[in-house]
Amino acid sequence: MYLGEVRGTVVATRKYEGLEGRKLLLVQPVDRRRRPVGPMEVSVDTVQAGPGDFVYLVGSREASLALDPWFVPVDSAIVGIVDDVDTGDEPARRG
Amino acid sequence: MLLARVIGPVVATMKHPAFHAHKLLLVQPLDSEGAPQGPEIIAVDSVQAGKGDLVLLMREGNGARQITAQKNAPIRSVIAGIVDRVDAGARTTFGAAHRGGEA
Repeated sequence: MYLGEVRGTVVATRKYEGLEGRKLLLVQPVDRRRRPVGPMEVSVDTVQAGPGDFVYLVGSREASLALDPWFVPVDSAIVGIVDDVDTGDEPARRG
Repeated sequence: MLLARVIGPVVATMKHPAFHAHKLLLVQPLDSEGAPQGPEIIAVDSVQAGKGDLVLLMREGNGARQITAQKNAPIRSVIAGIVDRVDAGARTTFGAAHRGGEA
């Protein structure tokens, strides 16, 4: 699992079966100080996240397990909204 | 599995039900010399690890589901152990000796 920041929503009318009605979000993986790490990705949302939210994601096969029914073709899912990362240094949360 | 250093806990109120009652830690994977390598990872703690601990980071879903005893949980990364030290040949590259204390 890894940290990310929601940058936008993705609208797709034609989707594979099982993905209908699922909210897709554009996410930038980030480090604990919210600096970008690697390329953007499209993730399926399970926690009512929205643009600007600091979230954590699960990738690979486990992403599809976040959904019900779970055998759907996704490889990235938002599974939590981060309130705080207690690193002992400067705050990770932007406000 | 990877060697990693615990950065600190991740707090989340809104989360997938499979994560309820699981402590999440942010960890930094390390290379063979103990330097940071690759992106930070969030893992479920199964061994009461804490900030600064050197840990064994497992990133594989089947093992993660065994450790957390949840079928079909969307959990992929689990801290599976706390490392006391790593001996590579004649050198102790991690552990108390590496941090300047007693081996």
